[in-house]
Amino acid sequence: MNTLIITLLCLLPSLTLAAEVGYPLDKAPIDLTDQASLQKGAKYFVNYCMGCHSLQYERYNRMGRDLGLSDEQVRKNLMFNPDAKVGETMKIGMPQKDAKKWFGAAPPDLSVIARSRGSDYLYTYLRTFYLDPKRPWGVNNAAFPAVGMPHVLWELQGWQEPVYKAAGEGEGGEQSGGKEEINGFKVVKAGSMTPPEFDAAMADLVNFLTYVSEPMKLERQRIGVWVLAFLVLAFAVFYPLKKEYWKDVH
Amino acid sequence: MANTQGTTGLRGWIDERFPLTQLWREHLGEYFAPPNFNFFYIFGVLSLVVLINQLLTGLWLTMNYKPAADLAFGSVESIMRDVRWGWLIRYMHSTGASAFFIVVYLHMFRALLYGSYKKPRELVWLVGMLIFLCLMAESFFGYLLPWGQMSYWGAQVIISLFGAIPGIGDDLTLWIRGDYVVSDATLNRFFALHVMAIPIALLGLVVAHVIALHHVGSNNPEGVEIKKYTDEKGKPLDGIPFHPYYTVKDIVGIIVFLFFAAFVIFFWPDGGGYFLEHPNFEPADPLKTPPHIAPVWYFTPYYAILRAIPDKLLGVIAMGGSIVLLFFLPWLDRCPVKSIRYRGASWKVALTLFVIAFLILGYCGSQPPDTTLTMLARIFAVVYFGFFLLMPFYTSFEKTKPVPDRVGHQTVVIHGAGESKSAVAFGEVDKARMQSQ
Repeated sequence: MNTLIITLLCLLPSLTLAAEVGYPLDKAPIDLTDQASLQKGAKYFVNYCMGCHSLQYERYNRMGRDLGLSDEQVRKNLMFNPDAKVGETMKIGMPQKDAKKWFGAAPPDLSVIARSRGSDYLYTYLRTFYLDPKRPWGVNNAAFPAVGMPHVLWELQGWQEPVYKAAGEGEGGEQSGGKEEINGFKVVKAGSMTPPEFDAAMADLVNFLTYVSEPMKLERQRIGVWVLAFLVLAFAVFYPLKKEYWKDVH
Repeated sequence: MANTQGTTGLRGWIDERFPLTQLWREHLGEYFAPPNFNFFYIFGVLSLVVLINQLLTGLWLTMNYKPAADLAFGSVESIMRDVRWGWLIRYMHSTGASAFFIVVYLHMFRALLYGSYKKPRELVWLVGMLIFLCLMAESFFGYLLPWGQMSYWGAQVIISLFGAIPGIGDDLTLWIRGDYVVSDATLNRFFALHVMAIPIALLGLVVAHVIALHHVGSNNPEGVEIKKYTDEKGKPLDGIPFHPYYTVKDIVGIIVFLFFAAFVIFFWPDGGGYFLEHPNFEPADPLKTPPHIAPVWYFTPYYAILRAIPDKLLGVIAMGGSIVLLFFLPWLDRCPVKSIRYRGASWKVALTLFVIAFLILGYCGSQPPDTTLTMLARIFAVVYFGFFLLMPFYTSFEKTKPVPDRVGHQTVVIHGAGESKSAVAFGEVDKARMQSQ
């Protein structure tokens, strides 16, 4: 029977998720304890994203509390709607119906986007817009082919063109079905940020979106340590009790 | 006024009107269990722990959840953010669902290892299988409630399976959904079934499972009946009272289990995308079919069997059959020996193959279909069914080892003077305890 268990344990690693094919994702440098980064991310979000994307499950004051900002600071720096109250959720004014007409699909709410798509995906997506005259907005995206969103961050990043892998090079040639595979990008018109500055800004933005997707994450981990410690203590009490009762059996 | 239990005072008053002491004695204080339970015997009590967890966290979730198509997704996020401790209750419930299947699968595997489904425990097994069916229904209904993309399309796929039934199929799916697609009406009725109908059935079946078990007594890793040798009062010589021995032992097991459960709840609540699937953080969209629809991990073996068969109706029949066959286990297994410790090589090989098939089918069902995986699923679906359908043959000619007559005895002991020693070791624990104090 022990052999059976060992055999089964050996099979376990094969049950891990297989990687999806597509543009390779860059690892997002997530650090939820870095409040300065989260604050910068919030700034980018309300300035560049919130014209179209809501965070309809996140409240302004909750965000302020978690990011170390007072309600007054939130009101002054991060709220652009004069009618909104600080206890409200971060909704937007753009009607869904019009948005659908303009973009083909209504821009999704981003409250839990980091949980459905993953932080690495967002980090890669935000940095891989490239010029493509065939698309309605003149841009395409390596992580999200045929994307419907325009490159709203062009002021910061500038414009870039894709660099393709030479034909026959790389093992991915077959999977892409003869299509050219993007190997990297070259900047054709510089933005207000250098590439490393832009990467850092996007890291902040993705860090913020990751926070918003699960605002209680740090709290649950903090509490979790105490719960596990309590259970270790409970074990230390009850295991000797069990042994005491059982010492005359066997 | 005297009562049959000989109790007085408040307890006596109650015992005259309600069998309190009698229930305590029959199910805990004087329920005699074999002393040699191992690791695998904790999963019964753990499933009870998880059941209570699901009932309590579920109750609190319903206080803030809104079973309406346009509100459901948002109300779950509101529970996660605005409700005090809501995130913890929600994670306990969502992780609890996966934990339920982990402990129940191990509980059932234990039955396979030690022949706990065999005479006289056939009804324990059958009631247990009904519990398993209810559990599957419960998790299926519950999975729609967060109203994410996977909730929606998972339900759409599963309900459409009923459409394969000839003649009434289409009308049946319409009747189940209450609409032409999965919609608000479906969500509402699934909510009702999830919080009312199935939990009541589950509770009733769990009570029946325990009553049936305590009537025939627990099996053990040796597969030996402790009721065979009893003292003059009818107490099994090798039995120890459930309370306090197994209560203190189970508390330790529960604490260890809670440690793992708490680790997942607090540090890994989405279980790498298996306990909470990533696409389910996208609200249900009836117009956008996800590229890959996979059920939650505990359904994937059956889903793989369904997909392995090219014909839809035959696939549905095979999937149903893969669960129905489990009901017949007590009669498919012809070997009189219970425990794997004394069973023949053919059984050990068959059981190993079955477990491997179950795991590989589970893997295949979780992945997007491709030709290699479909081939793999077909091969192991054959192994899965072979395990059950060939069982009457390979268990009839099994070369078994001699089974000890009593727990803790290496060879067959004929009753006589020689056994008094072991009676002290196991049967008269209480007396020995009292003397030592």
